[in-house]
Amino acid sequence: MVVESHETDGEFAGGGLGHTSRSPIVTPVFTDMVSSQTESGLLSSEGESQRTQYPYVTGTSVIGIKYKDGILMAADMGGSYGSTIRYKSVERLKQVGKHSLLGASGEISDFQEILRYLDELILHDNMWDDGNSLGPKEVHNYLTRMMYNRRNKFDPLWNSLVLGGVKNGHKYLGSVSMIGVHFEDNHVATGFGNHLARPILREEWKEDLSFEEGVKLLEKCMRNLLYRDRSAVNKLQIAKITEDGLTISQPYSLKTFWNFGAFQNPTVGAEGSCC
Amino acid sequence: MFRNQYDTDVTTWSPAGRLFQVEYAMEAVKQGSAAIGLRSKTHVVLACVNKSNSELSSHQRKIFKVDDHIGVAIAGLTADGRVLSRYMRSECINYGYTYESPLPVGRLVVQLADKAQVCTQRSWKRPYGVGLLVAGLDESGAHLYYNCPSGNYFEYQAFAIGSRSQAAKTYLERKFENFTGSSRDELIKDALFAIRETLQGEKLTSTVCTVAVVGVGEAFNILDQATVQALINEFEISGEEGPTNESVAEEAGGESGGAATEEGGAATEQETAPMDI
Repeated sequence: MVVESHETDGEFAGGGLGHTSRSPIVTPVFTDMVSSQTESGLLSSEGESQRTQYPYVTGTSVIGIKYKDGILMAADMGGSYGSTIRYKSVERLKQVGKHSLLGASGEISDFQEILRYLDELILHDNMWDDGNSLGPKEVHNYLTRMMYNRRNKFDPLWNSLVLGGVKNGHKYLGSVSMIGVHFEDNHVATGFGNHLARPILREEWKEDLSFEEGVKLLEKCMRNLLYRDRSAVNKLQIAKITEDGLTISQPYSLKTFWNFGAFQNPTVGAEGSCC
Repeated sequence: MFRNQYDTDVTTWSPAGRLFQVEYAMEAVKQGSAAIGLRSKTHVVLACVNKSNSELSSHQRKIFKVDDHIGVAIAGLTADGRVLSRYMRSECINYGYTYESPLPVGRLVVQLADKAQVCTQRSWKRPYGVGLLVAGLDESGAHLYYNCPSGNYFEYQAFAIGSRSQAAKTYLERKFENFTGSSRDELIKDALFAIRETLQGEKLTSTVCTVAVVGVGEAFNILDQATVQALINEFEISGEEGPTNESVAEEAGGESGGAATEEGGAATEQETAPMDI
């Protein structure tokens, strides 16, 4: 999980994985100009490295839970540029085909790229025109193969993804990381969500939550993240996917409470303070 | 029949709008030994006649497992059948690897048909000389398809291909309406009866036929000889006389004979190009 926390920090120095070791196979030959798309195949490691080193614009945690009728997912709408909260209306929950919902944290441009790949996948799936359709399980595995493949090329898509959906009454909720680690569970989260939201879910999630219970639980987790995750913004969307379809809520804000005693006179008793 | 002028190349049309090379390929299917398939709501059974060339040699493999949920029976050039089975296995494995999910039968069949079509439109290729009965199970239920060298495919409730398949088709036509609700064992029994029809009075034993089943909760598997023989004995059909069949080795034109179809596939007359179906 070390990798996860780096991406939400938006660190620029050195990147999360510390890519000091290059591919051991080819020694890079450094030229003056950055060679771009003109080289391909075996020679692509020559010249400046083209692989992803570190993310630029990042989204923070996504949380997903199974509930009675399907899946609920929550993500805020922040896009951080390092330590600056640069964008505040980024939609990080998107529909994929008829049966699936994808939430992403990490590099936003890579998420957009993933959406493009999935769009093509769903297009070809629809073009068969044969009554079969890719369900959430299939999309999840497709994403896993894609992420793992990029990881093997040392050029990852810098995202952690949450994929949920319902098909033929079966609820599915899975997660894929930028290095291809994937699994299914009743509740999943990315980034800081793993540290701050999942413990809450482990205690309070149960089978067959109602929609209201589910939303309340997600809001509890998101509020916690809002207090403690520096890259969180107080503008979130909650998405629900059931057999009947998908709805993504309008953006809204959580109520927060700052009237704790310790915040009222924070410097009381401290050396050099007025009181 | 004056079709010799336009039959050298698969890329040459006849004036009547036929590709004779493709039709000749379908003749090859008719020369192969019989293969039949039938399906119910939950199971699909494939059976074929497996005669060896001599007592010294082993039997030709005519039924191939393609994946846990798909199997295929072939009639015609078995080498072509083997190669296509390998292709089907490859497609299933690749799909399963990418999507962790079984390849829908309908999609595999279309891919197979597209592959066959390519060979009807290249001057340096020849059509595959094998007909395939593809039996499989997926989310939408049990399926039985027939893939033709022409690149056409049809879905069937029950079908028979190969030599003397007309006899089997006649039997199946009588019984097919009940197949949807049949149990696994009833379906196998009907398959064996149909095979017996193609044997024209020869004794039906498990040494001359092969039976395979795929169904809900049952992966595609070829029944072993002992099991088949036991079933034959149980159904007491090995000693019974089969109904006599007038047309011995004559096939009244490829897909004609109106094997039960789910969609399309009208019965054709002798001289109509089978590809028109």
